[in-house]
Order: sequence, then C-alpha cells, then structure tokens
Amino acid sequence: MSQEPLVEIRDLNFTYDSRPVLTGINMTIPKGKVVAVMGSSGCGKTTTLRVIGGQLKPTSGSVRVGGQAVHELDGDGLYALRRRMGMLFQFGALFTDMSVYDNIAFQMREHTDLPESVIRDLVMMKLHAVGLRGAHDLMPAELSGGMARRVALARAVALDPMLILYDEPFAGLDPISLSIIGELIRRLNDVLGASSVVVTHDVQESLKIVDYVYFVSAGKIVAEGTAEEIKRSTVPYVHQFIWGEADGPVPFHYPARPYGDEIMERASLRG
Amino acid sequence: MDKVILDALRSLGQKVTSRIWRLGYASRFFLAMLLHSGTALRRLNLTIREIYFTGVLSLIIILVSGMFVGMVLGLQGYDTLQRYGSTEALGVLVSLSLVRELGPVVAALLFASRAGSAITAEIGMMKATEQLSAMEMMAVDPIARVVAPRFWGGVISMPMLAALFSAMGIFGGYLVGVQLIGVDEGSFWSQMQASVDFREDILNGVIKSFVFGIIVSWVAVFEGYDAEPTAEGVSGATTRTVVTSSLAILAADFILTAFMFTGT
Repeated sequence: MSQEPLVEIRDLNFTYDSRPVLTGINMTIPKGKVVAVMGSSGCGKTTTLRVIGGQLKPTSGSVRVGGQAVHELDGDGLYALRRRMGMLFQFGALFTDMSVYDNIAFQMREHTDLPESVIRDLVMMKLHAVGLRGAHDLMPAELSGGMARRVALARAVALDPMLILYDEPFAGLDPISLSIIGELIRRLNDVLGASSVVVTHDVQESLKIVDYVYFVSAGKIVAEGTAEEIKRSTVPYVHQFIWGEADGPVPFHYPARPYGDEIMERASLRG
Repeated sequence: MDKVILDALRSLGQKVTSRIWRLGYASRFFLAMLLHSGTALRRLNLTIREIYFTGVLSLIIILVSGMFVGMVLGLQGYDTLQRYGSTEALGVLVSLSLVRELGPVVAALLFASRAGSAITAEIGMMKATEQLSAMEMMAVDPIARVVAPRFWGGVISMPMLAALFSAMGIFGGYLVGVQLIGVDEGSFWSQMQASVDFREDILNGVIKSFVFGIIVSWVAVFEGYDAEPTAEGVSGATTRTVVTSSLAILAADFILTAFMFTGT
C-alpha cells in the first residue's frame, strides 16, 4: 500500500471509563481504495470509525484525514472536514420525518445555496445511481431494509465526499440486497474517486470488494493484508473468523467455573 | 452497624451529587441551546413547523379541558357564592381563577403530557436510531437543527394555549352560570370587566404561562437529548419529562404567585 494516504492513524489508544477499547492502532487508508476493518462484535471497529469521523477523541495517538489532525480540530474545523465525508450508519439512520427525496436533499439544502431545480437534478442523479429514482416520494417507513440502506448510501454520497465511512453496511440484509450494497460501495468509491472504510463482520461479501483488510480483535490489529492474504492467513483468530468455526481462540463458552465443580457443589447442597 | 450507616450516607451523597451534576448539565445544555437558536429564529419555517406539532395539535385537548374546567368552576362557584347572596360575582370568580391560575397551570400540565412527552419521545428515538449522529456527521448541529426549533415552538405555543384555555373556560362558566343556572347575564360580564385588570391579572397570567412554556420545553428537549438510546431509555425519559415538568410547573407557580399577587 504505497499510494498517497487519505487517512493515517498512528498509535491510536482509546479508553472508555478506564477500560481500553483500542490499543496501539496503526492504519493507513490510501486515496481511491476501499479498506475493510473486520472483527467480531464489540472489538472496537465502530469506535475506530467514530474516531476517524471525529465523534470520539482518541485518548492518545493521532488521526489525520486529508492531512488534518481530526482530534485537534475545533467545532467549526471538524464540521468543515465532515462536509467532505459521508457516513452510512448501521441501520441507515434516515430521517424518519422526511421523504426519501428530502433525506438526500438535506445536506444540499443545509450547506449550499443551490436553487431547488438543481437540487432536484442532483437528488435524482444520486437516487438513480442506487436504483431508487422511482422511490423518491416514499417515506422511510415504507422502504424495505435493503432499500433504506441504498437510500442512506445515496445520502452519504450526496455531496460527493472524499471519504466514505460505512458502519456495518451489510447487517441484516437479504442475499440480494447484500450483493447490491457490496457492488454499490465499490462502484461509488471508484466513480467518485473517493476512499472508503468499511467496518464489517461480513467476511464473504466484503472480501469480494475490498482492496485491503485490517483485522481487529480486543482493540488490537491482529492481522492485515489484501483479501487473498487474509484468506490464506494462519493467524488462529483470523482463520476461525474467516471460516466461521464455532470454537477456537474465540471460545464457544462464556467464561465459567469448571462444570464438574458446579455439579458437585449443587449435589453437596442437596445433601 | 457503622458500615450500614456509611453505605446509606454514601448512596445518599451519590444520589445528591448525581442530581446536581445533571442539573448542571441541563443548564449547560440550556445555554448551548440559546447560543444555537440563531438557525431556529432565522429559518422561521423550522420553528413554525414545531408550533404546528406542539401547539396546533394540542388545541383539542386544551379547548375541551378549558371548557370543562370553566363549567365546573361555574357550578362550584355558584354553589359557594349563593350562600353569601353574591351570585352576580360568578363572572369575576370564574375569570380570575382561570386567568391568574388555572389557565396557565392546567394548560401547562396538559401541554407537558401532550406535547412535552411527544418532543422527548421524538428526540429520544432520533438519538436511538442514530439520526442525531447522522446529522452531526453531515456537519449539521442537531442542537441548532432539531432541539432549538422544538424548544422555541413550545415556548411560543404555551402562552397562546393558556389564553385559549382561559377563554374557553370563561365561556364554559358562562354556559353553566348564565344559560343553565340563570345568573344575570349583564352582571356576569360587567362585573368581570370591572374587576379583571389587564396588567395585574392578564399580563401576570401570560408571564406565568411563558415561564411554564420555557420549563416544559426545556425539560422535554433535554430529556430527549439525554435519553439512553434504547427502548427503555426513551420510555423512562418520556415519563421523567411529564413528572419533572409537572412538579417544576407547580413549584414555579407558587414562587411566581408569591411575587405577583401579594394582595396589595
């Protein structure tokens, strides 16, 4: 990964209520690439995304996006940077009191003085890109999960961002929607010349579309490489994760006392 | 024994400090909301939309309740006044009770349950479904775009609703007192006109309802914004909005009344 980096994370540590969530994270997201951050639930993936977006401040270390240190920016600076970012939330986070059209027009109306006719053309273009031009006057409650995710994707790229952040874009989707979203992530990234960070635990779908993968476990990067390298990885955790094995370094059982001890104790209590 | 007392003191202390901390947080939130009110006041359509949702949609409950409260005042007032042979003062009794007290207070209590709870639930659900986070990531401040218009919508609606409540109440008192029981219509209205002072009674009532509007709207937006982003969190916040704002309205009413109506 020798290309010019858009996002650079160096020695990132993040603790929440004195509990370490991320420890010593180093990541580089080059321009024009789609990079996945994988790991099981609660391993710190989403926290990484929120640190990049400036919603959380690192305890130590640095996060630079487009050359700017995100954690050192003031409110105005952060908002200026975020205008060049797009984010897709886990369940879309569409504004439920607005139509599909108004959801996508939201940022254009808030941040630009474009006339409504131009906004209309832009919104329709974005909706066309995700195949939902015909759904522009529906309300979010009328959309299926997959459609809502596509609308949210169109909204995330409404202002042609340089960086698109995806928080679990594949969660809870049927196989057809899954591959549509996967394909759109890749296509939009390439068409817009943007960079993308995809936080996911969906191995098969994401390995098809990403250029590079970081594997996070318990707040640390345990493996990294291209999709092919990751598939061949011999790191036990990665192996278990990729092939979906029930037991391995991530144990099947929640920590507990030896079962024998527990049975004996109950037996003695019963007398 | 010592340990039990110490634990009790510690938990009491913790409860008190956490309440004070929360009050401080709510005050900082209030200041932030005032500082970010520019958008709500500049883009008036945002606030007008909220006036519709909180004010216009509360009209039915306010008007119907006002009517019934006035009718009850008519019955109760007549029953008491006729013992002293001064039933013609019924108009004064009904109007002063409503304009000074019942109008602002009951309208505010109804407003807290009808509109305050809705505001909290809406903002809480927006938080739980990450809509507020999404807005932040789109470089749009949710306090300016979501919270402040709802706050100002409530503050503007409240005095108007209280006024309508009082007007309907007086009409209800008239229906029962004059039309049903037969109190003299002329003295009902003329005594009311002669006794109700604009500055002393009406203006003070409007000031009260304005203060109650600030209290209910502040509590409602704060509880919604601070709600834990889960179903239980939002339901707890909604309940807290109704309980806290109702108690605060009654306490503030006592303080305001003590300052406004000293009997001089």
